[in-house]
Amino acid sequence: MFSKLVNVPSGAMIPDRDIDKSPILECINLGITFGGLKAVENFNLTIGRTEIAGLIGPNGAGKTTVFNLLTKVYQPTKGTILLDGTDTHGMNTIQVNRAGIARTFQNIRLFSNLSVEDNVKAGMDNAMKYNMWEGIFRLPRYHKEEKIAHDRALELLSIFDMQDLASAKSGSLPYGAQRRLEIVRALATNPSLLLLDEPAAGMNPSETAELMENIRKIRDTFQIAVLLIEHDMKLVMNICEGICVLNFGHVIAKGSPEEIQANPAVIEAYLGKKKEA
Amino acid sequence: MKKKFRAAGKTARSNFLTFGIVVAAYIIIMALQSGGMISSAMSGLMVPICAYIVMAVSLNLTVGIMGNLSLGHAGFMSVGAFVGVITAMSLQASIPSGPLRLALSMAVGGLCAGIVSLIVVIPVLRLQGDYLAIVTLAFGEIIKNIVNCLYVGLDKNGLHFTMKNAMALNLDAATGKKIMQGPMGAVGITKLSSLTAGFILIILSLIVVLNLINSRAGRAIMSLRDNRIAAESIGISPARYKIMAFVTSAVLAGMAGTLYAMNFSSILAKKFDFNTSILVLVFVVLGGMGNIRGSIIAAAVLTVLPEMLRQFADYRMLIYAIVLILVMLITNNPRTKQLLAKIRSPKSGKEETEHVL
Repeated sequence: MFSKLVNVPSGAMIPDRDIDKSPILECINLGITFGGLKAVENFNLTIGRTEIAGLIGPNGAGKTTVFNLLTKVYQPTKGTILLDGTDTHGMNTIQVNRAGIARTFQNIRLFSNLSVEDNVKAGMDNAMKYNMWEGIFRLPRYHKEEKIAHDRALELLSIFDMQDLASAKSGSLPYGAQRRLEIVRALATNPSLLLLDEPAAGMNPSETAELMENIRKIRDTFQIAVLLIEHDMKLVMNICEGICVLNFGHVIAKGSPEEIQANPAVIEAYLGKKKEA
Repeated sequence: MKKKFRAAGKTARSNFLTFGIVVAAYIIIMALQSGGMISSAMSGLMVPICAYIVMAVSLNLTVGIMGNLSLGHAGFMSVGAFVGVITAMSLQASIPSGPLRLALSMAVGGLCAGIVSLIVVIPVLRLQGDYLAIVTLAFGEIIKNIVNCLYVGLDKNGLHFTMKNAMALNLDAATGKKIMQGPMGAVGITKLSSLTAGFILIILSLIVVLNLINSRAGRAIMSLRDNRIAAESIGISPARYKIMAFVTSAVLAGMAGTLYAMNFSSILAKKFDFNTSILVLVFVVLGGMGNIRGSIIAAAVLTVLPEMLRQFADYRMLIYAIVLILVMLITNNPRTKQLLAKIRSPKSGKEETEHVL
């Protein structure tokens, strides 16, 4: 049974610890065309339940488009996305999030006028059950759930040591902190698959190293899968267990970091072809 | 006690201050009024001020908190005003108690404004920015024109409605009473509104709006305002929360309308036109988008101001406009902002200015 899963034209490997489990995400022949332009075609990817997978490729390869397909910002024109075995066909962004996919954005999209804590709490909206009237008249359920949300928000912020910034306005945070806050906000929705779009962009080497540790920590504590787009090869090669390389909308290579580093097609995509003498 | 107050958090303290200002203003005005120190023109303004404050607070929910520019807020006020008047007149015989009748009329007026807002909310969910502003503007005009040719009468058989003329109402000659007469508006209203009623409505609307903002609904509404795509990506449904904010805002505007109309013996549909919508929008912008306390102060000051300027006779509205421009310029000046912040907290002056919404 396990071998069958791996034989699906899969990208990343399913780690040994997931051996008896089905993958969290399966993309089968996924594709989208924007009026004739095939942005992504025949995209196949399998991600294990607690795997950290990387999606790399040159600029314009279609990496963010894949994220937008997974979160249904765009509806795929072809193919199937199975999240935990359920077809997400016909779902919208909100429903996909409730089903378990949370993401961050390449260009930061925080609620910049809200406090850091409120940004995180907004992510917990679906987990809260009290209704408008209970909120207006401050009934017991309001106090109970807000208390839980407050504690949980601080707990999540403490992953990145940001609990002291809880009352600061999120728009006034430094760039790196904004990126981290986006990850915390995504985590607040209780995802089973976390999509990170260039989490290390604009960070210095020491910040990147710290981020790497934190991504691992997140995976280990929450036991979730992480799929990340990143240009920082050091980060990708260090923390990803499986890597999928895109170029011009096509998957050109898949495998472990070592395999990818040795793959001639990948080297060609990044560095160009060696001129024949 | 002081320690507990400090621990209550920044928003709680700010809300407490807002309620404090309203209660203090009410007590002072009541004291002055009983001492006969307020001119009759000024005391006549008290109920309109209350109505405008509620209008400004409710519009701030749509414009400042939800981030949707609405130019038809007077339309909801109009619905609330005339439905309220009709309700009050119909109940005149069955409920002799004035305050109770006013409360019931307000409830019915607010409810009807809420129902009407459910129609307007459809474009609100689909449009944004200037396009939405135009739709709400058109809505306000439609309401005004419908009310302008609506005839309503009451006799022993109940209520009669027509859009033709007063004769078409077919009222019973002995018991018939015309409530609304098209362009002549609603006439023969028994004055039920009072400063106290207005004060209670302000407190009610403050409780609703402030508590709504500081709950999960408020967070969701503001997150949709700040970044819709990100809000959807964390599972916040725009439709649900936009409807919630918009209808709440309309219900409060309807109640303010009833309060306003029940302060006069007759009221015209023309009163609730585009100019009123803009006037309320000016209160909101001047008081600060999303700043509820600012809306209250701006509504009160700008309603009283024309009355204070009466001595300038012909130049009254000119001076009003100049004052408006000056206030806008001064309050938005970064230096004044910094200065105000410094006065508020001498240590962290610079930081504070950054946090102003």
